[in-house]
Amino acid sequence: MNLLSAQGLRKAFGDNRAVDGVDFNVKQGEFLALIGSNGAGKTTLVNLLSGLLHPDAGQIIFDEHDVTGWSAYRRIKAGIARSFQIVNLFDRLSCADNVALSIFSREGKTETLGTLAARDRPVWDESHEVLRCFDLDRHARMPAGAISHGERKLLDVAVAYALRPKLLLLDEPTSGVSTREKAPIMDIVSSIVRSGGIAVVIIEHDMDIVFRYSERIVVMHQGSVLADGTPDQIRQNEVVTSTLLGASETADAPFASSDHAGS
Amino acid sequence: MGVYAIHVLNALLYSSVLFLIAGGLSLIYGVMRIVNLAHGNLYALGAFVTAWAVGRAAEAGAPNAVLFALLPVGAIAAAAVGAVIESTLLRPFYKRAEEYQLLMTFGLLMILEDLIRLVWGPNPLTATNVYAALGSISIGGDRYPGYNLVIIAVGFLAAVFLRGFIYRTKFGVLLRATSQDKRMASALGVNVNRIYLQAFTLGCFMAGLGGAVVVPSQSAVLGMGVDALVLAFIVVVIGGLGSLEGALAGALIVGFVREAGVTWFPEIELAVLYLIAALVLLVRPAGLFVRASR
Amino acid sequence: MSQVAGFLRGRRAWAAAWIVPVSALLLAAPYLFDPFQTLTLTYGLIAAIGALGFNLLLGYTGLLSFGHSAYFGTGTYAVAFLVKYLKITSMELLLAGSVLASAIVSVLFGYVCVRYTRIFFGILTLALSQVLWSLAFKFFWVTGGTDGLRVPTPKLLGLAPTDDKIEFLAHRYYYYVLAIFAACVLIMWVVVHSPFGKALQAIRDNETRAEFIGIRIRRYRLIAFVISGIFTGLAGALWGPLNGLASPDILVWTFSGEIVFMTVLGGFTTFVGPIIGAVAFTYLKTYAVGFTVYWQLLLGTVLLVLVLALPTGITGTIQQAAARLRRSI
Repeated sequence: MNLLSAQGLRKAFGDNRAVDGVDFNVKQGEFLALIGSNGAGKTTLVNLLSGLLHPDAGQIIFDEHDVTGWSAYRRIKAGIARSFQIVNLFDRLSCADNVALSIFSREGKTETLGTLAARDRPVWDESHEVLRCFDLDRHARMPAGAISHGERKLLDVAVAYALRPKLLLLDEPTSGVSTREKAPIMDIVSSIVRSGGIAVVIIEHDMDIVFRYSERIVVMHQGSVLADGTPDQIRQNEVVTSTLLGASETADAPFASSDHAGS
Repeated sequence: MGVYAIHVLNALLYSSVLFLIAGGLSLIYGVMRIVNLAHGNLYALGAFVTAWAVGRAAEAGAPNAVLFALLPVGAIAAAAVGAVIESTLLRPFYKRAEEYQLLMTFGLLMILEDLIRLVWGPNPLTATNVYAALGSISIGGDRYPGYNLVIIAVGFLAAVFLRGFIYRTKFGVLLRATSQDKRMASALGVNVNRIYLQAFTLGCFMAGLGGAVVVPSQSAVLGMGVDALVLAFIVVVIGGLGSLEGALAGALIVGFVREAGVTWFPEIELAVLYLIAALVLLVRPAGLFVRASR
Repeated sequence: MSQVAGFLRGRRAWAAAWIVPVSALLLAAPYLFDPFQTLTLTYGLIAAIGALGFNLLLGYTGLLSFGHSAYFGTGTYAVAFLVKYLKITSMELLLAGSVLASAIVSVLFGYVCVRYTRIFFGILTLALSQVLWSLAFKFFWVTGGTDGLRVPTPKLLGLAPTDDKIEFLAHRYYYYVLAIFAACVLIMWVVVHSPFGKALQAIRDNETRAEFIGIRIRRYRLIAFVISGIFTGLAGALWGPLNGLASPDILVWTFSGEIVFMTVLGGFTTFVGPIIGAVAFTYLKTYAVGFTVYWQLLLGTVLLVLVLALPTGITGTIQQAAARLRRSI
């Protein structure tokens, strides 16, 4: 059963057809990696799915609702959450505050003016629990702007996770992080989402990560989907290897690990 | 027929002065992303310095030709003050949030307002000799002050000159490059600090010129700077912050609307202008004439 | 119970301890100071209510309004109109009327302004406040034009003012204002510490992230804008009877600048900063005006020094100094 299915998505910026007739679907609880070279349209696709952008054409069905025209707000309430390629956090607020805000928002409590936020024990307990799952609880009181880059990337995911979404869209959750730190971050992320049954789409450039953690890989190239299959299928797909790596690579060479900045 | 011609001339007169002030404000914003709340006071400074210079020279018995030649001193004074302000007070703020710039220029506004009072006292200064020297000409049967045509001419010439300056000279290219992408310009070897200084000085020169050229027909009076700034704001809101063509178009629109208002609806004249500004901000926040990219 | 004990043990209890002597001082003021001083303090408390409202937008939501004179003036003129045209003499009714008027104006203006941020927001607020100023100016047969409208002293809680006007203002009116001030401080304190207040700070820190955790940015900004406008309007309403006159001077944009000035002076990054800044600015301006005709020069220089050297204002600087002291111990 598809949690999300999108057909015929198109988005152009002037002459640049960033997303050009893309069909895309995600099943419940699936861990999917979205890969492709820079400019392939991955971030644009995620922006279309999360509601940051609206498509020029096409349809998006999420959880049996047609969300194509829905605002970001409605989609979040329906269960889509995301993190960002460039970390977006509330830098002056503490890490606990950052996660708590997701929870307050989720519970509809952000519209209350008459109660003290600090008194809401359940929210803060849950916030600390989430931080603990992400191995960030020692930074609970620190401002989000003061922790390390890798920790900020994790916090960005934690903030999205605290919305208890059905679908998590993570845009390069390990970019800018040293190779050493990538696996621990992905271990945490994948164990949390698997135990919660949350479907995840991650945009990633590091092929080691992609092949290690994902169940399914979708390859994009110049706005279209080039290939869609299990890691083994993608590895053996000659069209993919030649497009992404160029004809000079031999067909059975394993994917090289690539650390690109930007998408 | 003469009556309408005079209304048109009055509108053009108002537009000329507004263009000089607003054009300066817009230029500074376009290059430096700074909104200078004290900009109106540089207009006032130009007016006071010119009125003072002309007044002193007239007392000393100088002939009219000399008085006319002295008119631009206000603009030069404003430019000089602008240069000092930019290099000492504004520069520390480029790296900080733009809200602090607003505060700083507001403080400057207060200081300049009182400095003018300190130097020239609380009473208005006039330069009526210059105004009277050109007498009046006949337009369709009505008399119209000759000096007003000078103001219109100055505004027109300024617009032409600036257009050529910005689009045809090397400095203009540097100016436009810096305003579009300061980091790139710097990486290409442009001395951004110097461009900023020059742009700010030029903007202040324009404001000062507005004051200098208008003072023979009005007087230099305390508070004129604060009043002028709001009008300049309306012009750049309508025309678009950062666009010289926009400042010109905005100045013309404001000039004509005001003339129509003063003639037919004197009660709501000012309010109409502010409402138009608010309406434009609602519909086209970047202004009517700014191109989409920035 | 353990929460209270923890609070008392904690650092915050000692930091808040200064509230006790200050409150005592405020309560005893009319008996400690001469009427002129008390009147100045009253003006200061009124300004503090306005600044408190203003800082909800600046410090907590990240929006710098250069048009708050619009709400202050609406409050004052509402009182003047209600007295002149509806012959109302009860201060409570006058306050209710001004709150309503400021709410309406802030909803209208806010709806337009919150679609923008930063410079455009500031310019739009300025332009809209000038609309009101020019209306007050031009429709002089209604508003009294530059002469303004007289605002006589109203009945407080049903009690008519005494014959000795100065004594009345420096005593009964002072306590009336003090009570409203205390209520405003309490209300604002709850608002900024509520989940809504946290959401505003989220919007301030990162608009995109706030949107993507499900916060409707425009709606929350508008709510903050209206609360801010109401507080400032209330300040204007209290100011009217004290000043005795409603004139376009309180609508002009440079008065908005003074509101910004006093908030930055006290420090816009703390809760009490605007209060301290408003009182300090009121005293500063009162003495500057009495000291020299060039008081703008004086205040302008203060602002410059402030922005150059002490951008976090009085309270921010004290906080930073205290933090450094703690670290070095």
